[in-house]
Amino acid sequence: MFIAYLFCRLIKNMKVYILSTGNISPQHSMDADAFFQSRIETSDNFFKAQEPDYTTFIDSKMIRRMSRIVKMGVAASTTCLRNAGVEMPAAILTATAYGCLEDSATFLRKMIEFDEQMLSPTAFIQSTHNTVGAQIALLLKCHHYNNTIVHRAFSFENALTEASLLLEEGVSPVLVGAIDEITDDRHAILSRFGLYKKDSGNIAGEGAAFFLLSKEPGNDFQAILKAVQTLYKPEIEPEDIGRFLAAHEIENETPGLILHAETGHDKAKEKNCQVLKTAFPDTLEFSFKSLCGDFPTSSGFALWFASLLLKEQRAPVWMHGLKFPLKNIFIHQHDGLHHSFFLISSS
Amino acid sequence: MNVPSFVAGMGIVSAIGNDLQTNLDSLCEERTGIGTMHWLSSARHSGLPVGEVKLSNAELATITGLSDRLPRTALLSCMAAKETLIHAGWEKTNALRTGFISANTVGGMDKTENFYKLFSKDTAAGKLADVVYHECGAVTELVADYLGIQHFVSTVSTACSSSANSIFTGARMISAGLLDYALVGGADALTRFTLNGFNTLMILDKDLCKPFDENRHGLNLGEGAAYLLLASENGLKQLGKKPLARITGYANANDAYHQTASSPEGTGSFLAMKGAMDKAGLQAKNIDYINLHGTGTQNNDIAEGTAISILFDKGFPKMSSTKAYTGHTLGASGAVEAVFSVLAIQHGIIFPNLRLETPMKEFSFQPVTELMRNQRIQHVLSNSFGFGGNCSSLIFSAA
Repeated sequence: MFIAYLFCRLIKNMKVYILSTGNISPQHSMDADAFFQSRIETSDNFFKAQEPDYTTFIDSKMIRRMSRIVKMGVAASTTCLRNAGVEMPAAILTATAYGCLEDSATFLRKMIEFDEQMLSPTAFIQSTHNTVGAQIALLLKCHHYNNTIVHRAFSFENALTEASLLLEEGVSPVLVGAIDEITDDRHAILSRFGLYKKDSGNIAGEGAAFFLLSKEPGNDFQAILKAVQTLYKPEIEPEDIGRFLAAHEIENETPGLILHAETGHDKAKEKNCQVLKTAFPDTLEFSFKSLCGDFPTSSGFALWFASLLLKEQRAPVWMHGLKFPLKNIFIHQHDGLHHSFFLISSS
Repeated sequence: MNVPSFVAGMGIVSAIGNDLQTNLDSLCEERTGIGTMHWLSSARHSGLPVGEVKLSNAELATITGLSDRLPRTALLSCMAAKETLIHAGWEKTNALRTGFISANTVGGMDKTENFYKLFSKDTAAGKLADVVYHECGAVTELVADYLGIQHFVSTVSTACSSSANSIFTGARMISAGLLDYALVGGADALTRFTLNGFNTLMILDKDLCKPFDENRHGLNLGEGAAYLLLASENGLKQLGKKPLARITGYANANDAYHQTASSPEGTGSFLAMKGAMDKAGLQAKNIDYINLHGTGTQNNDIAEGTAISILFDKGFPKMSSTKAYTGHTLGASGAVEAVFSVLAIQHGIIFPNLRLETPMKEFSFQPVTELMRNQRIQHVLSNSFGFGGNCSSLIFSAA
């Protein structure tokens, strides 16, 4: 059964260079030195992003009109492009599971409160799922390829697959971003579903992580994305990991670190979530969701974290047991229904 | 494109019919599906004409076997997706890889509206069952699970161009050898959220819409779902079917002008059409028919028409907007019109642009106003442009 899933997503000898990144998250991710020095923790059951001073990215008149998710997206993508010294990407792909929740809720609440009267279009205009990708294109005056993928915990993974196919077609560099926001309503609703119960260790998260991807290494690059695999409602066995590696012709790539998505939530104790641990019993593992919280596009944060460690070849002061040189990192993102695996390498 | 994608089957539910044949009949008999609001309930705008699917949620549930408590978008999606697979003769097998790439813009918003009636006053109130399928992706998964498709599941949401983008995501994956079959298209149900949203933008016509007419006053919203089963050469062989058409070109561009308005010169529209023709290796003179985005708003029709004037200045192909039949089905419209484009090729028919009385004075071309049969149609260009500047064009060619 697994093999059938596997070959579906097989991009032979995938080698995608991550030229640069830009990430707004609950950590000091806009400043690598600060991130390496100190880790932010929370005693709440939600983890809000450390937002930058937006005036260094966006005209102050425009800031007022933008919702938080758009500001985060614009600032993270601008940082990513600046870090690579690239003005115009050849394509913009945005991944978001929930879309622009704040504006959707604003319009919905007013529609109900005022019984479909006296509504202003602003919140509706900004409620569509493609608003972040559209605003990035608008500010860059970028007429190139532009798409928005909105498939729950596969949004970012499917955007990366699309990016790698665009790169194969010669469209390069491609800007890809994973973005979702915490709103009061989202938190209230998901809490009622029991996601963030006390003592579960599971906390809500948010963030905007952008990547500039290329087929060529350029003058400098962060890391290489070698494989992305999504599995929808799978039954996974540890030996499937071996098959995954073999299918991607990366058998010799033993990971130096596994970034997993366990947060202490009950779901995480399921067998499917333990496969990497079983497959690589000696490899150090670390929960990336302990840094960014739980949200469907959090694999964007994990990819940013992995890229940074591979580039810097040093450990944050708050992370122990990491051995260098660090060559490969495995990411396993999951929420019970959706599983995805990434392999990222330094060379 | 290294590997061609063939259209092996289609399915559709729209204001002009609950299946493919009825849609074709309505198109040929010039029957519009836009009329008085019946199934959608709106406190203030029940007088606005809409293109509703002529089935209640309960009827949709009976037809599909799903629960009538699910979002209407999922019920519509399921109905059209099922017809597509039957039409293509596809059966679930693990031997070949099938993906489901759907588009929508509202997800489970119709149920979320119910939820917010209580939740907006008290965050401990409202039935949680009403928000389980709020996400666009959750609607896609309901249908994927129903059909038994697991290999690859994805959802695209780029406003009015959503399902054009889902169609070429599938074509690209087949082309790259990642899938053998791709069930592609989209669905959107009418909701109070979108009705009120478009109403605040003041782009809804209070009467029946008149795309590309000098005296047009806006669009009518519609709803529906449409899908195509794309197949690789190998996939087609397994089905033992002759293809209905091929996808030969597609392109996506951004207008980068305004969040909701198109640039007067139609930059995004021009780039999408030009890009699709380049991808297909075709020139303007090779296009036999354009299925226009043609919403009936002042802004869209002038922008789209301007781009066409530039691109086809040496000779205009026949063209028409079919939105006067179906209304603007938003996330479904790219797929609805892709199905109409393939029907045009299959049957050699060009559908009329209904209710066009006075052609726009800005242009030297005129859309077709009467049904044309026995046409030799090799290549059809289908346009989908939307909010956020997202512009996409597809080209279908005779197989």
